[in-house]
Amino acid sequence: MLLIHCPYCDDTLPELEFAYAGEAHIARPADPSKLSDEEWRDFLFIRSNPRGLHAERWRHINGCGRFFNALRDTVSDRFLTTYPAGHPRPDVTKLEAAE
Amino acid sequence: MTHFSALSLLKNALTGNKNWTEQWPDAQPKKEYDVIIVGAGGHGLGAAYYLAKEHGITNVAVIEKGWLGGGNTGRNTTIIRSNYLYDESAKLYDHALDLWDNLSTELNYNVMFSKRGVMMLAHNVHDVQSFQRHIHSNRLNGVDNRWLNTAEAKAFCPPLNVSPDARYPVMGAALQMRAGTARHDAVAWGYARAAAKRGVDIIQNCPVISIRRGADGSVEGVETAKGFIRAKKVAVSAAGHTSVIMQTAGVKMPLESYPLQALVSEPIKPIFPCVVMSNTVHAYISQSDKGELVIGSGTDQYVSYSQRGGLPLIEHTVAAICEVFPIFNRMRMLRKWGGIVDVTPDRSAILGKTPVKGLYVNCGWGTGGFKATPGAAHLLAWTVAKDEPHKINAPFTLERFTTGRLIDEAAAAAVAH
Repeated sequence: MLLIHCPYCDDTLPELEFAYAGEAHIARPADPSKLSDEEWRDFLFIRSNPRGLHAERWRHINGCGRFFNALRDTVSDRFLTTYPAGHPRPDVTKLEAAE
Repeated sequence: MTHFSALSLLKNALTGNKNWTEQWPDAQPKKEYDVIIVGAGGHGLGAAYYLAKEHGITNVAVIEKGWLGGGNTGRNTTIIRSNYLYDESAKLYDHALDLWDNLSTELNYNVMFSKRGVMMLAHNVHDVQSFQRHIHSNRLNGVDNRWLNTAEAKAFCPPLNVSPDARYPVMGAALQMRAGTARHDAVAWGYARAAAKRGVDIIQNCPVISIRRGADGSVEGVETAKGFIRAKKVAVSAAGHTSVIMQTAGVKMPLESYPLQALVSEPIKPIFPCVVMSNTVHAYISQSDKGELVIGSGTDQYVSYSQRGGLPLIEHTVAAICEVFPIFNRMRMLRKWGGIVDVTPDRSAILGKTPVKGLYVNCGWGTGGFKATPGAAHLLAWTVAKDEPHKINAPFTLERFTTGRLIDEAAAAAVAH
């Protein structure tokens, strides 16, 4: 079971309190009618699916109910950090230096 | 390579079983092949076999990062069925089922295909209506599937709890009699042996690092841990790792990789005559010939390559099994494991050409690739040999995510499969 830190509740809690919500930092197109079929495909269906560091959305559904983002290693399932929605993806090199 | 027969068994028994030869050689890579297949699971090995047998292409290498059949081929719950809703899927999986029928004889290898029937339980009005729609659709496509009422379901599978007091009472079931199970390892071994006999090189412990493309964009070969291997045609059949490998060729895939878990109980005497699936409470169960109850769980909610999976899913699945089969609630489980499945947005496979010349892909089988093994292998071989898809896999293109012509089995079944 994953232990996940909610940045709003400032508490590390079991995975069962949270719902996964897909890859993070995928912005809805500003002007959808201008998009080509390929751009729509990329927005709707293409995901980075990395073997390694993944920025992803979680929702503290059985807690504060709010969305936040996380950086997690998809091989070890270890969370590097979690941060509030709307914040840019943290710089990994700085995170590792801080540890 | 020894041909397996009653006579060869007897002869080897009389000489103390000391004269069996290896079933396939552990090949080292040559400099160049006509076709390279990435991934030595059932699909990849089968494709090599059909390339050699049906298309006369024998200068083929199957390259595997681990050991043969050690990925999802050796990690699934061995269920085989073809009762899919949409015409495209029904034809695809029924093509595989036709090949399963004769596979043991064809490969001279007992894959233990057992048509014991797959029964899917309906627990509410929506299930009843949805399964009956599936049955009608299947029958129009010539796929066998029929409706059982509660008493008939109980008669077909006596351990089933049909009490009306159950939290999710059994309101009936859909039964596909042609469906069943097979020995998963034997499928990989059988294809490997039959392919190697026709000259295919099977190269294990050799991770493919990247796919190399030439100046004109077409495929030149693959970079591996054992050096560069040249080939004009490369077929990727790497399940959960497909998107990682395809990215090295510059092809973005509509795939996400999730852990899918399974578990087995201690072995017991034969008690469970068929395969039972329940989408609503999420339980899959059958009994292996060794006697273990084989139980399939769900995918984790998050993308991962850990081949492990989380315990909450196991708890959920076992709770469902105890609800539907209270007779098993004191069974002890022996072990559990995970495999990494590649899931497409519409839960249908991608099997065909790619925008890169000479690069083919067979992926996106999600949680249900084992049942398709002979069909996927046969169609991948056809597509690679002729450089165009067979009419059965023609709808399963990568382009459908651009055109919007999806095959939405996800909405049809409301579960990953």
